[in-house]
Amino acid sequence: MASETVSSADYIKHHLTNWTYGQHPDGSWGFAHTAEEAAKMGFNAIHVDTLFWSISLGLLFLYFFHRAAKKATTGVPSGVVNFCEWIVEFIDTSVRGSFTAKNNLVAPMALTIFIWVFLMNFMDLIPVDVLPQIAAWVGSSFFGMDPHHVYFKVVPSTDPNATFGMAIAVYLIVLYYSIKIKGIGGFTAELTMQPFQSKNTAIQIIFIPVNFLLEFVSLIAKPVSLALRLFGNMYAGEMIFILIAIMFNAGLIMGIFGGFLQLGWAIFHILIITLQAFIFMTLTIVYMEMAHHDH
Amino acid sequence: MNINLTLIAQLITFFVFVMFCMKFVWPPIMSALEERKAKIADGLAAAEKGQHEEELAKKRAIEILKEAKDKAQDIISQADKRASEIVEESKDIARVEAERIVTAANAEIEQEAHRAREALRGQVVTLAVQGAGKVLKKEIDAKANEDLLNDLVAQL
Repeated sequence: MASETVSSADYIKHHLTNWTYGQHPDGSWGFAHTAEEAAKMGFNAIHVDTLFWSISLGLLFLYFFHRAAKKATTGVPSGVVNFCEWIVEFIDTSVRGSFTAKNNLVAPMALTIFIWVFLMNFMDLIPVDVLPQIAAWVGSSFFGMDPHHVYFKVVPSTDPNATFGMAIAVYLIVLYYSIKIKGIGGFTAELTMQPFQSKNTAIQIIFIPVNFLLEFVSLIAKPVSLALRLFGNMYAGEMIFILIAIMFNAGLIMGIFGGFLQLGWAIFHILIITLQAFIFMTLTIVYMEMAHHDH
Repeated sequence: MNINLTLIAQLITFFVFVMFCMKFVWPPIMSALEERKAKIADGLAAAEKGQHEEELAKKRAIEILKEAKDKAQDIISQADKRASEIVEESKDIARVEAERIVTAANAEIEQEAHRAREALRGQVVTLAVQGAGKVLKKEIDAKANEDLLNDLVAQL
């Protein structure tokens, strides 16, 4: 909860600022103490909180599934193994449903995306102030930092860096397989020889730039839409949680009302975080399918 | 909300995680699932086969039972037949025996009657001779009247 002296605008801004480590304009490396300092760092900076949570959650996912993989036998599964197998089976069904070619990468990638994105989104359900307050307390008591300048944004998928990072990774894989399967020629042809086609060579040459313009936009739209959809949904959800949290400061009645809102939104949000993880996964599978087939 | 090195770091992390998942997580789970699927399918097939065999055995048992019943029925009817045959046979034998006995008895009766008649005839002759002697008050010489007597006996 924000203290009395902090205005709502500051509170929101504080919550939306990442814990940044990077190169200051004067050339030295260090943590940013304010949002402005972080902004001045430009590209040479790292969001420590985003990376910490995304990597931790990713490792958590891999740890549990790896343990399940080692324990998995043909016998009756139990506990964690059963749960992991259930998810694997679900992912496998989804992949088989929309991906028809043979590629051993697609299903594990889908599994990684689904669980990882889900876990990152899940951080949204932890009350917005809990982890930042703990971080502020740790920062001020052990490292002598100003608690107001301890930034800790716990939901990695509300950081466009994270979503774009994953979307671009997916996109690079898609491009790699597009070129590998169809060849440079096939890939270029796909970009330039459709949707407008003509038997007449002269007209076809005129069509090429038009086609390229259309196809290039749709090509670029893939990673952008993939990243922005996840980011937008999670950012909006996080923002609503922050706004609800502000109500807790506005007296008992508003606080109770806010409590109900928080509960309602959190329950609704369970659906959203799962859905967004699923959409990210499904679109990845679909893009991979498109990379493997001419259309 | 700055785009910075985090993006690159996340991108690399993504690749690493996907690679790890592809090498160490997905294949063992999938192979375990496939193996289990095969095992379950085998088990189900075996169960089905067992059921089928049981059904066959049941059918065969019913057949055998039916056969046994038929055989028993046959034996019973044959025995019945044989029994009635025996009864008929013994009835025949009895009838023949009875007839024979009756015939023998008849013959004996006839003989007896004949013998009685002969004896009676002899006595009648004697009586007749005595009666005639008394009537005539004199001894009749049987020898002298042998012809007469024989004639009389023949008339009786």
